[in-house]
Amino acid sequence: MNIAPFIRSRPLGKVYVPTVTLSHGGGGKAMKDLIDDVFVEAFDNAALAPLEDQARFDLAELAAHGDRLAFTTDSFVVDPLFFPGGDIGKLAVCGTINDLAVGGAKPLYLSCAAIVEEGTTIDLLRQIAGSMARTAKDGGVEIVTGDTKVVQRGACDKLFLTTTGIGVIREGVILGAHLARPGDVVLVNGLLGDHGAAILCARGDMALETPIESDCAPLHGLIETLLAAAPGVRFLRDPTRGGVATVLNEIADASQVAIEIDEAATPIREEVKAFCEILGLDPLYLANEGKIVAIVPPEEVEAALAAMRAHPLGTSAGAIGRAHAGEAGRVTMRTVFGGRRIVDMLVGEQLPRIC
Amino acid sequence: MKYLDEFRDSAKARILVTEIEALVSTMDVPHDRPLHIMEVCGGHTHSIFRFGIEGMLPKQIELVHGPGCPVCVLPMGRVDDCVSIAERPEVIFATFGDAMRVPGSRKSLMQAKADGADVRMVYSPLDALAIARNNPAREVVFFGLGFETTMPSTALTILQAESEHVTNFSVFCNHITIVPTIKAILDSPDLKLDGFLGPGHVSMVIGTAPYEFIANFYRKPMVVAGFEPLDILQSIWMVLKQIKEGRADVENQYARVVPDEGNAAALHAVSRVYELREFFEWRGLGSIDHSGVKLRDEYAQFDAERKFTIPNVKIADPKSCQCGEVLKGVIKPWQCKVFGSACTPEMPLGALMVSSEGACAAYYQYGGIKQHAAAE
Repeated sequence: MNIAPFIRSRPLGKVYVPTVTLSHGGGGKAMKDLIDDVFVEAFDNAALAPLEDQARFDLAELAAHGDRLAFTTDSFVVDPLFFPGGDIGKLAVCGTINDLAVGGAKPLYLSCAAIVEEGTTIDLLRQIAGSMARTAKDGGVEIVTGDTKVVQRGACDKLFLTTTGIGVIREGVILGAHLARPGDVVLVNGLLGDHGAAILCARGDMALETPIESDCAPLHGLIETLLAAAPGVRFLRDPTRGGVATVLNEIADASQVAIEIDEAATPIREEVKAFCEILGLDPLYLANEGKIVAIVPPEEVEAALAAMRAHPLGTSAGAIGRAHAGEAGRVTMRTVFGGRRIVDMLVGEQLPRIC
Repeated sequence: MKYLDEFRDSAKARILVTEIEALVSTMDVPHDRPLHIMEVCGGHTHSIFRFGIEGMLPKQIELVHGPGCPVCVLPMGRVDDCVSIAERPEVIFATFGDAMRVPGSRKSLMQAKADGADVRMVYSPLDALAIARNNPAREVVFFGLGFETTMPSTALTILQAESEHVTNFSVFCNHITIVPTIKAILDSPDLKLDGFLGPGHVSMVIGTAPYEFIANFYRKPMVVAGFEPLDILQSIWMVLKQIKEGRADVENQYARVVPDEGNAAALHAVSRVYELREFFEWRGLGSIDHSGVKLRDEYAQFDAERKFTIPNVKIADPKSCQCGEVLKGVIKPWQCKVFGSACTPEMPLGALMVSSEGACAAYYQYGGIKQHAAAE
């Protein structure tokens, strides 16, 4: 990183009150102190340090990673902020890393915009910022710019985050939802539906106690390994909201192929299955935050599976289905029972049935 | 998963399908008039689609998806009443999730929530009572909905509220009862049904005796069925066997859950709290005598219909909807004029497109493999 050496002209500000008030959003010293204490302290890096209105990059350094820039943004409003397996901060970093990585990009820099409700505790913000910093460090990315707004009570729910990311795509990597062909195999890197089930449980409305943890994880390492072992991979996507079913429908539609998945081969944790049975949910539509759906040509399936299974985030990887030349855009499932059914796009929110 | 996988065993399913095929092949089923078996309960409809059971059956059998989805048969006027209660500033309106999307003439509960009404999704009426305890300054109204399956839990919640002297809790009672509805279907002149799969959960409460008239008077076989796919296949086989042998009996395939005499404690709570309404309006089926219940006078203080002024305006079903004909098995969902065009799960026009248990929504969502095979 070629950034002009910067000498900090003053020590970082510090917040001495326990909660955020509207004065922390006023643009004055209180805001400066909040940003310093919470975010700059946690994210500490050379690009952020000058606290300019923008981070600045050397183009030649970016170009050394590949020939195309990848650019993405995502907002996070998860409730609750802390849940088994993660928190909104970890989610915000992983989510944007993954959105870059599934395009074949090496994630490099993130921004972080926070909308904070007055009354939120400074400690909570410090915890979230700390979680973001750890996740970014582990993932090898830097949070280089940000913004903080404070809104009055009720105008947001404690904390909303937006992260934007920049990455670079290596020469020769071409992935697209329209590239699936009949015969291609659908792979996933592990157990499906954990995140959605963990969040619903953590909300506490269901009065169900389960050991299910969110699968929230940065996937670029796994994807790099996968693309090295199976360079012919046609398409990757992280099946977040809407789950695997939604992603498969998008692929079938964009590629004008039919896709059939095999329920018996679809890896789902027993606890998630039970959770879905009780609440009348379909795990295929539950959100994941550490999973990929990969469309792989048949000749590379073995190499792709071996590569994923050798990675800590892919030990339960498996082939769940296949694209074929049936009715274009149609996704079907061979059920465990031996029947066939259509797997359509989800309409609205997946609400539990009542009887 | 223990106790579930056993009932989803594909090897056993193949045996049952072979048995069903063998049985049907000995029966003289006309080419243009397949046997129509109605599953009354929405839970069965869901299982049938979820596991792709329709596509496994021989073409001489057609399943007709009945009226057993309480959300689907809720008339528009009642949804309007819900919205009007929910929009009162003092009210917290607690409802099962399914009911949120049901369209009223002005808006659904979900739209009312977006417009500022305090509508909360609950999983049990007891959750609604807890909200009432925690918000003594607000009026909490629970949207009581469903057949005999959910009727007892609403009744017990009212009894609980009474014993705790909770005064800010009431129920907007839309509970309905299955037997008069089956009778109404059997009485319809365009009826094309040869047998019934009886509702498992309802029967767990009411037992099997209330269905005797179906066998004795209307001479139709009825098998009370469980909800797992093997339960459903076995029950279809049992119905076929009755048809083949010229019998019309009430049989209980789901004996592991359904006692023939029902659940005495649940029935006691039900009869203590509710009484039959003279008639109740159903979407798609019109007004059916004695098909709904209301709270008895002793529980008037928990009755939202008496606590609040509600519009109580009857709204006719949209003319283009053919829900009634689908419910009675006269046409298949995709034969309806507006299926998939003017009526979709995003913008449901008719009742059956609303809940995932509604026949049309199930076809739209999970698709009928048979339907697609027929179209190809």
